[in-house]
Amino acid sequence: MSLPAIDPRRLDLAAEFRARPFGRHSPELQALLDIMRRAENCQDLLLVSVARGRWVLGERQPDGKPPRLFHAQVFESREAGEWAAFRRRWQTLAGRELELP
Amino acid sequence: MKTPGVVGYLDSLYASPGDDVTVRVSVLDPARRYRAELVRLICGETGPGGPGPKEEPIPSGLAGEHEGREQPVPIGSYAIVDDIPPLDTVELSLLVWPTLPGRGTQALMALGPVRLVLDDAGAVAIVVDGEAISTRTPLRRRAWYRVEARYDPATGSASIRSTSLPGPHMDRIAEADGKLRTGVRGTGPLLIAAAAGPDGATDHFNGKLEAPALRSSNLMAEWDFSRGIGAARVEDGSGHGLHGRTVNAPKRAVTGARWDGSVHDWRSDPSHYGAIHFHADDLYDAGWEASLRFRLPEILRSGYYAVKLQASGPPFHVGFIVSPKRGSPRAQVAVLASTVTYLAYANYRRRMSPGPFELTMGALPTVDMTDVLLAEHPEFGSSTYDLHKDGFGVGHASARRPLFNMRPTGRFWNFAMDLCLIDWLEAQGIAYDVISEHELQERDGELLTPYRVVLTPSHPEYFSLEMLTALEAYLGAGGRFMYLGGNGFYWRVSFDPAHPGLIELRRAEDGTRAWAEQPGQYYHATGEYGGLWRRIGRPPNALVGIGFIAQGFDASTYYRRTLASRDPRAAFLFSGIEEDVIGDFGAWGGGAAGLEIDCYDASLGSPPHALVVASSEDHSNAFLLVNEEMLSNSRGVDGTLNSRIKADIVFFETPAGGAVLSTGSIAFVASLAQDSYGNNISRLIRNALDRFLDPAPFKLP
Repeated sequence: MSLPAIDPRRLDLAAEFRARPFGRHSPELQALLDIMRRAENCQDLLLVSVARGRWVLGERQPDGKPPRLFHAQVFESREAGEWAAFRRRWQTLAGRELELP
Repeated sequence: MKTPGVVGYLDSLYASPGDDVTVRVSVLDPARRYRAELVRLICGETGPGGPGPKEEPIPSGLAGEHEGREQPVPIGSYAIVDDIPPLDTVELSLLVWPTLPGRGTQALMALGPVRLVLDDAGAVAIVVDGEAISTRTPLRRRAWYRVEARYDPATGSASIRSTSLPGPHMDRIAEADGKLRTGVRGTGPLLIAAAAGPDGATDHFNGKLEAPALRSSNLMAEWDFSRGIGAARVEDGSGHGLHGRTVNAPKRAVTGARWDGSVHDWRSDPSHYGAIHFHADDLYDAGWEASLRFRLPEILRSGYYAVKLQASGPPFHVGFIVSPKRGSPRAQVAVLASTVTYLAYANYRRRMSPGPFELTMGALPTVDMTDVLLAEHPEFGSSTYDLHKDGFGVGHASARRPLFNMRPTGRFWNFAMDLCLIDWLEAQGIAYDVISEHELQERDGELLTPYRVVLTPSHPEYFSLEMLTALEAYLGAGGRFMYLGGNGFYWRVSFDPAHPGLIELRRAEDGTRAWAEQPGQYYHATGEYGGLWRRIGRPPNALVGIGFIAQGFDASTYYRRTLASRDPRAAFLFSGIEEDVIGDFGAWGGGAAGLEIDCYDASLGSPPHALVVASSEDHSNAFLLVNEEMLSNSRGVDGTLNSRIKADIVFFETPAGGAVLSTGSIAFVASLAQDSYGNNISRLIRNALDRFLDPAPFKLP
């Protein structure tokens, strides 16, 4: 069994991202984001504004076809959408759901 | 969560009061009805940190509900020769460099029912009235072949052959012959790189073609694509006068089968450039029928405007610039709208394609439902940031199609971002005109002359030689210039005289770029050397004091004043500003310094007497040094580690009594509205503008 691509114990990095998704990150958080955002890990996510101030995650499709929209969750900010994408990727790469206090 | 039910475009990106405007509309909504109105745009969508959309309805003959229809887009380039008489025996030959063999039938030369094609498997085939003889040997991608075919309608005998051109890894000869239906005659027009279908051209070819020839008992022609580069013409070099034309602007001045690396400027030996690169997704002119015509009111403020189309879903804004009527009185201040950059970015699809785009952005790509509509309609063409289906960069951008970014909504970028400057001018009560780069290029090289001050908005990235020359002349004559953006004056573009509304871009040699131009193809079809103005020898630093240094799309930051800001020469700029830190707020990313940023660099021509009055700091990890600054990859190139990653605010005087203020950040104008326009960025720009409007000449130190 291969090791997870990220260390699921580093909840401190998840907390750092949740507190500040945009802007300066610690080198360790940036390294984690670089792994999550690689083509093989990024899950081709994007944020789609479905109305002013309302966002959903979407999945980019081959050849630039229309993205598949995930309507189940609607976010009121880009930050909230970024956090949802982070959690999805964490679960895939760490092998367990991200649970933060 | 619907997409717009209607789209459209205008015949020009600018107009003046009293001009007639034609709107071409396609109604996607099944109800086939839509509303239209003229609106003046004052502010776009800014997100929660800014004032948000402001637009003013303008009474016009346009207003009301209209019936319409969906209009098709004839995407795909080809060449056509009209004057072909009915033919008996047909011999066809040409050189072929396919880029997508095996992706459906692709016509090489077509004479009605007689066609030379790449078949579904990528092999060459002669097809007569639906019957085919194929070599059954697929051509390799990106390799040159001579292809020859013959068909005799009297006997039905036909042959087909592909021969790999000499090279280190030659393919084998493939050939076939046999009998096809008799009595079928090839008829004109001749299409090259496509075939005629019931609804227009079809079966478009992707790749390069060279030296197509047609021989029959009553006709001979040999088209030489090395002639007529820069035109929409294909010339018959046989002397028989069977000239044709290209459709949808395929790429000329591309390397041909003879190109051996010894020639790089097509003008020095055009015989190396005898090919045309065709794409099934080239688009110059959607060619829609006129839907609405109206006259702009004779009394109409200059500004950013849109024809606002509304069916189901969100509105579709067709943005354009209203400049003052020729010969009319002018304001003292002009905003030079970045219409060329808007066009270069128009129909940007890259954000919606899979890949590690987020690593560049430092954040998730964002789109809205209008962008989703674009993804649903590949026939609207792509931007110069995208790739053709065969992986080659899109080097043309045309205004003759719906443009999905000339709007106040969507990504806070370019057109929508630039409205922040308009909003601020309105709030300040400053009289201004808006003029466009297209008008400067196409109509009036002296357009800047009447103005005491010219302002750019956030991102005048793409500049032609003519535009650059006009700006230099303006500065040379004592003009005052405020460059309120980032990554400006960066790429060279050219305007194609054979295709009004079309710009060409060759991402040559170097630069922060979405794709790289092919070897041997760095010269535009106009003959101009393409690429960064910096590499061409006209760096932005020499023009405006600063040049592109880094980009990041996650967060913005602030500027800190330098000691030079206390210089008496700069005192007017900071009158009433006590703070050392300025711009630590804004509607994009929370600061005035962000997105794409520029800095002072004397080695690139920034004037030695220029004052760097403030510099940004504390940029994020997402900000990376631009690659034209690096000779080889290295660590330490992000905003947390590299001290060169900063936006500089620069002021300098010019010898003719003028002056330049440059702010070096795309996000800058998104800070102007903070605290009801009462902030230090607003104050700085107001101070500068007040002094720049004062006719008293600036003096060189």
